[in-house]
Amino acid sequence: MKAAIVVFPGSNRERDAEAALTQAMGRKPIMVWHRDTELPDVDLVLVPGGFSYGDYLRCGAIAAHSPILREVKARADKGMAVIGVCNGFQIITEAGLLPGILLRNASLKFVCRNVRLKVETSQSLFTSQYEQGQVLSIPVAHHDGNYFADDRTLDELESNGQVAFRYCSPDGEFADEHNPNGSARNIAGIFNRTKNVLGLMPHPENAIEPLQGSVDGKALFASMVEALS
Amino acid sequence: MKARVHITLKNGVLDPQGRAIAHALGTLGFGGVNDVRQGKYIEIDLDERDKAKAKQQVDQMCAKLLANTVIENYAIDLVD
Repeated sequence: MKAAIVVFPGSNRERDAEAALTQAMGRKPIMVWHRDTELPDVDLVLVPGGFSYGDYLRCGAIAAHSPILREVKARADKGMAVIGVCNGFQIITEAGLLPGILLRNASLKFVCRNVRLKVETSQSLFTSQYEQGQVLSIPVAHHDGNYFADDRTLDELESNGQVAFRYCSPDGEFADEHNPNGSARNIAGIFNRTKNVLGLMPHPENAIEPLQGSVDGKALFASMVEALS
Repeated sequence: MKARVHITLKNGVLDPQGRAIAHALGTLGFGGVNDVRQGKYIEIDLDERDKAKAKQQVDQMCAKLLANTVIENYAIDLVD
């Protein structure tokens, strides 16, 4: 598998993502600067977390219209795999690769801690190494992770099996107190219709070593390597 | 020509920032504040002299970048 990470001014998780991909692939991903107009020939593009363009206008809005994102979108439309993490999720929703938008956390607070996630499906190139219903511990670190879409879009996401992860209790129960940001229907991550694009607020790249307190993110990268090699 | 763009949240979209502002106003002793909705105001200086063309141009700017129409409405005012 060949992978690239798109880096914007203000990205700050690109090295973490590089470490996670390198660990899973056994080779380094290619770092692509936002001004580049050509995307190397890769199987996967990762859009990392951070504060691209200082969150000006709306989180991810400026990055979503950069030349490199146009190229990412064009390739994704042809089936290339794309994963957006945290600010990367905000960027790819603003770019129209995924429906909805990430709003300010309902608490208005920046939330930085490990949360529990329920794997909603193992039927995807990103989640095949998990069990459906498995509960993961993965950190979040965001101010704008409150997923919003109109009811019709949410119903469509659910009926098409496009919900990838939901916030839950350690026992896998859904309740407001286990939802760190007020996200609609406890949604933490979604796929596009064809399931070659995943966006999620939590940081699987920060749960790959015992020192980080959890290794539950490793299987996500292993799934991608298995599917795309 | 100048364009003044007001971007506001659609009805039904939760606005926790507006709610926090309303709460702070109450704390300051301003009674009778029923609701606060926060938006954005953007001024754009344009070369275009033709009002209809300017309107069309700014409309596209709003739809493509300035507003996210999933959650936001926009209104455009043109001033000579």
